This record gives sequence, C-alpha cells and structure tokens, in this order.
Amino acid sequence: MPSNLPRFSARLRLLPLLAALPSLSGCGLIVLDPAGDVARQQGDLIVLSTVLMLLIIVPVMGLTIFFAWKYRASNKEATYRPDWDHSTQLELVIWSAPLLIIICLGAVTWVATHLLDPYRPLARTGPGQPVAAEAKPLDVQVVALDWKWLFIYPEQGVATVNELALPVNRPVRFRISSSSVMNSFYVPALAGQIYAMPGMETKLHGVFDKTGDYTGFSANYSGWGFSNMRFAVKSLPAGEFDKWVAATKASAEGDLSRNTYLKLEKPTHKEPVRRFAASDPQLFDAVVNMCVEPGKMCMHDMMSLDAKGGAGIAGIGNVRQVTYDKFAARGTVDAARWSMRYVAAYCSSPVMSNDRPDAKPVAPEKLKGEGLPHPSKPERTALRAPAAAERPLS
Amino acid sequence: MTIPHPAPETGPILGKLSLEALPLHEPILVVTFIGVVLGGIAVLGLITKFRLWGYLWTEWFTTVDHKRIGIMYMILGLIMFLRGFADAIMMRLQQAMAFGGSEGYLTPHHYDQVFTAHGVIMIFFVAMPFITGLMNYVVPLQIGARDVSFPFLNNFSFWMTTAGAVLTMISLFVGEYAQTGWLAYPPLSGIAYSPNVGVDYYIWGLQIAGVGTTLSGINLIVTILKLRAPGMGLMKMPVFTWTSLCANILIVASFPILTATLVLLTLDRYVGTNFFTNDLGGSPMMYVNLIWIWGHPEVYILVLPLFGVFSEVTSTFSGKRLFGYTSMVYATICITILSYLVWLHHFFTMGSGASVNSFFGITTMVISIPTGAKLFNWLFTMYRGRIRFELPMMWTIAFMLTFVIGGMTGVLLAVPPADFVLHNSLFLIAHFHNVIIGGVLFGLFAAINYWWPKAFGFKLDVFWGKISFWCWVVGFWVAFTPLYILGLMGVTRRMRVFDDPSLQIWFVIAGIGAAIIAAGIGAMLVQFAVSIWRRKELREESGDPWEGRTLEWATSSPPPDYNFAFTPVIHDLDAWYDMKTRGHQRPVDGYRDIHMPSNTGTGMILSGFCLVMGFALVWHIWWLVALSFAATIVGAIYHTFNYKRDFDIPAATVTAVEEARTRQLAAGA
Repeated sequence: MPSNLPRFSARLRLLPLLAALPSLSGCGLIVLDPAGDVARQQGDLIVLSTVLMLLIIVPVMGLTIFFAWKYRASNKEATYRPDWDHSTQLELVIWSAPLLIIICLGAVTWVATHLLDPYRPLARTGPGQPVAAEAKPLDVQVVALDWKWLFIYPEQGVATVNELALPVNRPVRFRISSSSVMNSFYVPALAGQIYAMPGMETKLHGVFDKTGDYTGFSANYSGWGFSNMRFAVKSLPAGEFDKWVAATKASAEGDLSRNTYLKLEKPTHKEPVRRFAASDPQLFDAVVNMCVEPGKMCMHDMMSLDAKGGAGIAGIGNVRQVTYDKFAARGTVDAARWSMRYVAAYCSSPVMSNDRPDAKPVAPEKLKGEGLPHPSKPERTALRAPAAAERPLS
Repeated sequence: MTIPHPAPETGPILGKLSLEALPLHEPILVVTFIGVVLGGIAVLGLITKFRLWGYLWTEWFTTVDHKRIGIMYMILGLIMFLRGFADAIMMRLQQAMAFGGSEGYLTPHHYDQVFTAHGVIMIFFVAMPFITGLMNYVVPLQIGARDVSFPFLNNFSFWMTTAGAVLTMISLFVGEYAQTGWLAYPPLSGIAYSPNVGVDYYIWGLQIAGVGTTLSGINLIVTILKLRAPGMGLMKMPVFTWTSLCANILIVASFPILTATLVLLTLDRYVGTNFFTNDLGGSPMMYVNLIWIWGHPEVYILVLPLFGVFSEVTSTFSGKRLFGYTSMVYATICITILSYLVWLHHFFTMGSGASVNSFFGITTMVISIPTGAKLFNWLFTMYRGRIRFELPMMWTIAFMLTFVIGGMTGVLLAVPPADFVLHNSLFLIAHFHNVIIGGVLFGLFAAINYWWPKAFGFKLDVFWGKISFWCWVVGFWVAFTPLYILGLMGVTRRMRVFDDPSLQIWFVIAGIGAAIIAAGIGAMLVQFAVSIWRRKELREESGDPWEGRTLEWATSSPPPDYNFAFTPVIHDLDAWYDMKTRGHQRPVDGYRDIHMPSNTGTGMILSGFCLVMGFALVWHIWWLVALSFAATIVGAIYHTFNYKRDFDIPAATVTAVEEARTRQLAAGA
C-alpha cells in the first residue's frame, strides 16, 4: 500500500536546494537517512514540510534584505511615503499567503499523523511491500530501568539488557513501560520515539528494511546515569535472528524471575549487555501494574477496587501495598503479614492482560477519502444509524 | 564515580542544614565562591567608601518610581544573564570535551545542576526581569501616565523577583540545585527520586519570584487600562503598549497555573500526598500537562513585548507610520488566545492518539499565520521608508532574518511525525534558542539601544555596539547551526558524555560559537562602560534623539520624577509625531502641584522575610519558617497603617525643573 507522501517528497529531493541534504547524510544524518520504513517516512516528511515553508520563508528573507537596501536613508532616489500605512489588497495577501501554506501543511499533518501513528499496526514494510494480513508482528516488551534497558521477547522466551536484536523486514510491536521515572524509547534508525513511563504502557510499531548495527537510547533525561542509558540495536537477517535467539538462550545467565528483575531494577549505570531466559509471561504486566514485588497490590486491582467505590476506611490497610514509588519503602512490605486480606474481599476480577490484539491495519487511502463511496450515493446508507424501528429497545 | 546517597537526617535547630551542605569537594565551586566573596567585599567596600548606602536606600531600594524600578529589573536581568551564560559556557565545554571515554570535567551531579540552572535562570531570572523592566519603564511613559497604578506593589514585585533570584543563587554555595531539567518533571522531581534539597530550591525560588511576576502583571494591566492619557482610545495605543497588555494578560492568566502546579509538587514532597507520584493513583502526566499549560503561554509572554519593540523601532527608523496597525493589534490578540491551545505539542511523544496530536499540531501551525502577518507588516513598514541603520534597526533586521528560521523549525516540530524523530533532540534546542535569542534577546538589545538615551540622557556608543552586534549574530549561527545538524544526526539533549567520536567536531564548532557570543557580551559591557565614560560627548539634550513617534519622546531625557508636567491630550496613534507635525508648543507656565506616591522600604523588607522563609523551607528549619512567615504577615499588616503614602511635588519645584528644561532646549536649539 504505497502512500503518495514519500513519492512526492522523493521527487522534491531533486530540488537543487536540497541536493545537499542526502550528501550530508553520508556523515550520519540518521534522522533523514534511517534504516526503517517508518523513520524514513518521518524523515521525508521533514524534508517535505521544510520545502513547503521555504516557499514563504525565502521570499520574506529576500524582501527583507531588498527593502532594507533599497529604502536605506542615503538612497534619495527611492520613493518615500511617510504616511502610507494601509492597503487592503496587501493585507489580504499577507494574511492569506501564510494561511495557504498552513492549510497545505495542516492537511499533510493530519494524514501523516494518522498514517505514522506509533500505535498503528504497520500496513507495509516498505514502499510497495504490504504486510500479509495473517502475518503477526514480533512482540518486544521494553522496560526502562535506572539506567539501562530491559527487552523481553515473550515469543522467543529470552530477555536482554542493553541489546536489542530484530529481524529485518518483519514488523515489530513494542510495548513500553518504565520502572521508576520517565524515559523516552528512541532508535533513530528504526522509528520515532515514544515515552516510557512508570505505571503506564505505550506502544510503538516499526520495521527495519536494512540490516546493520545501530544505537538506541533514552531521549528524555532521567537522572544521574542518563548519559550512558544507551543500547546496541542489531538488525539481522531472519536466519541470523533465530541464531541470535538460540545463542542468547544458550548463554543466558539465568531465568528472568521476579527476584532477578527486582535486583536488576536497582540503579546502576554503564550496565554491560546481559542475557536471560524469560519464562514468566506475566512479568511485563506486573511491571506495568507496579506489582512485581511480592505483597504489592497491582494497579488494576486498586482501580477495580476504586471502581466499586473503594474500601472505605478499611482501605488504609492497603496504603503500603500501593506505595510503589519510594525506594525507601521497597522491600519493607512483609508479604506474609500484609497478605491481601483487604483485597481478597473486594477483588474478584482476573488479572487484566494488556496483551490485547491490535486493530487491523487501516488502508491509508481511507484517511484521504480515496475509495470511500461518495456521501450522496446510496451505498452510504449502510453506514447511517439504523432507523428508529430497527433500534433495540433500551 | 558512585551513585549519590540519599538525603541527610533532619535536626530540630538547623533542619537538614549541616557543614556537609557546603560543596567543599567541588573545586570549581570553591574557586567561584572565593571569587564571589572577594568581588562582593570589593563592591560593598566601594559603596561604603563613597558613602553610597544612604543614596542607594533612599533613591533606589525604596523607590516606587516605575522608571527606577524598571532600571533595577534590567540590572537584575543583566547580572543573572552573566550567571546563566556561565552555565552555558560550562555545558558547551563539557560537551566539546567528553568524547572517546573522557568524562569531561563535570560529574553528573554537577552537570545536571548546570543545565537545570541554565534553563531556569535564563527564563525566570533573565528574560522575565528584562521584559518586566522594559514594560515598567516604557509603558507609563508611552501612555502619558505619571506612574503605574500601584506603585508600592511595583516595588514589592521587584523585590520578590529578586528574592527568588537570590534564593536560586544561594543554592550554588549552600546545598545543591535541582538535577531535573528546567521543568522538573515528576516522578524524577518527586521525593522518591530527588530526596535532596535541589528541587526545593527550585520550587521556592520560582514560587517567591512568581508572586512578584503575577502582581506586576496585574499592576501593568490596570495601568494600561486605567491610566491612559485623555484621547488615547485602545486603538490609539502604541503597539508596544498593546503587546505589553497582551503579555500581562497572559501572565495573570497563566502564572497561577504554575503556582498551583508547584504547590501540588510541594505537597507531594513535603507532606506525602500523591498528586504526581507513581503511588496511590498519582499521575505524573498531569504535571506535564499543567506545567505546559503555563509553559507555552510563557513563551509568548516573553516574545510579545519584543514584537512591540520591533514595531516601534521599524516605524521610527523607517520614518513612517506602522503599516497595518489594526492587523498588528488583531494578530497580537490572536496569538494571545491561540497560545492556550497548543500546550500538548510539547509531548506528542507521550502516547496521545493521532487525532489529538493532529489537533494540537495544527493549532500550533495556525499561530504562525498572525506571526507571519506581523513579519509582513514590519516588511511593508520598511517599504517606501527612509531607513536609518542605527543600532536598534540593525538588531531588528537581524531579528527578522534569524527569527523566520526559528519559526520555520518550530512549525516543523509541530508536525507530530516529525516531532517523533526530533523531540528532545539538539534540533529542538537549536529551535528554541533560535526564537529566544533571535526573538527575545535581539529584541531586548534593540530596546536597550533604543530607550537608553531616554533613561539616561545620553546615547550608547555605536562602535562597541556594532562589535557586539556582529559577535552576537555571527556567534549565534556558529553556535546553533551545529546543534540543528546534530539533532538530525539523532543526538539528544542533556547528554554529558558521548560515544561517537565523529560528533565531536560539531560540538567544538558550537563551543567556538559560544566563545564568539561571549565576545559579544563582553563588547556590550564595554559599550555600556564606554558610553558612561563618554556621557558628556554622547549627551542628548532634545529628549527625542531618534525622531520618535510615541509619547515617551515628548518629555526630557531622563524624564522628571513626574514624567509629564501636564498630562498630554492624544489625537492620533503616533501621538508625539502628530504633536510635532501640528506645531506643538511646550507649555512654559501654569504649573501646579503634582500628587505622587511616597517611597517605602516595606517591599524590600517583606521580600527579605520571604527569602528567609524560602531558605528555611528548603532546609526544613521549621521554627524559622514559622518566624519568618509571621514576620511577613505582621509586616504586611503593619504597612497598612502607614498613612504617609503620598505627597505633592510643589508647583515651585515643578516650575524650577521645567525652566531648567526650557533653558536646556534653548541651548540645544
């Protein structure tokens, strides 16, 4: 499903003005010359928007210099009209010229923002390479820790610290969270960034279309060890990726149990690459719900408790169980003593899994109105609300 | 390098304060401290030697004259600018050095404070005092008023801003400053992850200064709405006054949000509430929303008054009426309103849906329409003018050429998919320095060169002014073009060390740019010194050195305490130009007593109590908190019983001043 957007901007690249940009990318303008389809479309969008705006910026800068020179005080030849201060035609032009540019840019923005929404499953891995409907993206769960990255591959049953290996040309779905403070998960070669936030889950879809070694990092300052919060990213051919999984399993230093996670979570910096076997399918959900530590109440349980009106005064007994944040408070909850005695009475809902299937990819044409039936045509009736008689009684 | 240990114990007398709070292990700080102490002793010694204490107290510290308060704001801004710039130089040096395994010369603990302090100081204690000072000085003169509506409040606002700045500076030598970035996002700024006093210094410094900013905003709004000279309808107000009005409306509407947000953060840190923690359903993202609902209007608070300056300067130095005054005013109002509808563009990357992101992206772009219209208006003011390239006009042209690039990259960042790859990168850093230096600072320099003769009665030296101009403009581009490029290379902000050696050259170039800017700042200080030294030669007697068009040029330079012996009557937008062309004769007799407000030391004393309270709160010295809080309240109540609030300047004094002025004008003619 090729969109028109990159093709349009690819053509614009031929403009002599921008001929310099691709040549500069030789010295590492990774944002404009990345190795993934999503990032490439984002980079192209930067070029396209810049060109659109230069349409008005260049004349303005030229006129500024020209007027400043032409109407300099020493040039007595130039017309001087000290009382001229209004022209309706000119006013119309100076308000409508930026307006037109912004209408174009706004339209591009609307379409591109929806097409490149990080939550949107990928419909293609590159121009003219649609993703098969039944193909399942590779799942990677990402946790930002102080100050390192944990990657869990639930499908492969492995986990790594500070090393992210991905098969080329296979869409990847990241589920991202953080253990303590805000970070931003960013691999410039792959796709745009998205924040990793404690107690919350964000999503990102991306795909590599070139193999190679790249870097990823946190793009949001997260404290003392932030500068070294970087990780190696490997884009591998499919066979190589399977070998990497096998090698990781073989060289794993142990299973990523909850206890291992709790040790790993403690602040360290310049952490070397570490490899684990991952067998606990609930670990990531427990991280998101801040209840990896035994005795802590999961956030979704607290929410369902609150949804039922809360525990009232008895809820005071739960306070320590929902105090996740304070390092000083960690490890102080005696699991036996603070058994879920208040929770048990209220909380009957099963552990809520965030691992819901994503919606089907939407064809980009729909966003632009292409292929949709004309509103005046009869096919449209199917989309209308059912007539009153058809509506079920409520 | 070890990871820092948690907070110290709290004692009953000194709270958390102990000798360990003094950063004796940081040689950079020890040397700075010694320098500050020696410099401080020298300054205090000179003031004592020349017996200036009484003069400073009666003529400056206790003054309620808007002109002197304006000048004091500018001095505060200048001093804090030197501090903020020192931080910038330290960052550029660290980033140019820390490659290939080198740790540079700053530890994370120190470096993280430096970039936090740089942002906070430059926005709150440099840009804000500069624009407040400018508005304070110019607005009453432009509208033909004798002072602001609430002169005591004005003095109090200034001292509260200063108290906030002083508290922030104390953190350099006692304890530490926040290591959170200038907006202190939780959970990082929460007590769990920032257990030491840095964030508390941040909070109380901003809260104390925020009182001053909010009150000064109220003061200027009332002044503009109530004290305009007869005949000056809203659509006959000078554009600078219009933009000041809008900026102050933004201040009054947005600073309470900042105050409330910081109060919630304070409660989280001091009494264990959970508004922004990860615990008990707290929401750190709520803080991010709230802080930017203040933060984005703040950007327009800074830049709008300078848009007014550029309008005044372009019109004056083109010798022409401003093109499209009405559309200029409506553009300003549009920007004021739209600035509240864009805050989410600061965090497109926090997972909002595509429709929400598109909405905020497009509203952001829409702001560029009135801004573009303004730019065209300046352009067509120059069209068919007679442009004199004095320093203020040079700064204006430099602004027009620089700011459009910053505006363009800003609109680019408003495209959400582009922001996903550029958010928090050095491209973003280059963008906002491009608009803040290219817009706010260049505007301030235009304003300083433009109104200096009004404030002091002599022009600024042109030679050093031009050196400073070229150093600044060239230095700016040398320093920030590499950051644009580094941003496109995927380099993020607030990094202390780098792996990739190929990046180093760009940081070295940026460092050279910073050095050129330093030369520009040096040249500006020399410009001030040389001008003061040669003030007799640069003397300006007419009160109207630039063939001005607005009312402030109708009075003498510097203006008398009462600004105008007779309140002028306005018939046209360019009031003074209109008076000149209609053959206005300066009245030379018939003077009456002029009713004026009296000086008071209350503002400084109350702010002193607030400063002590802030310090005590930072260090948890509870008895001192109670004491200084009580003193503040009692002091404020005591001041309400001060009935010596006003006096009359006798007609004889006015006559003497005005006759001296008549002789001066006759001698100059």
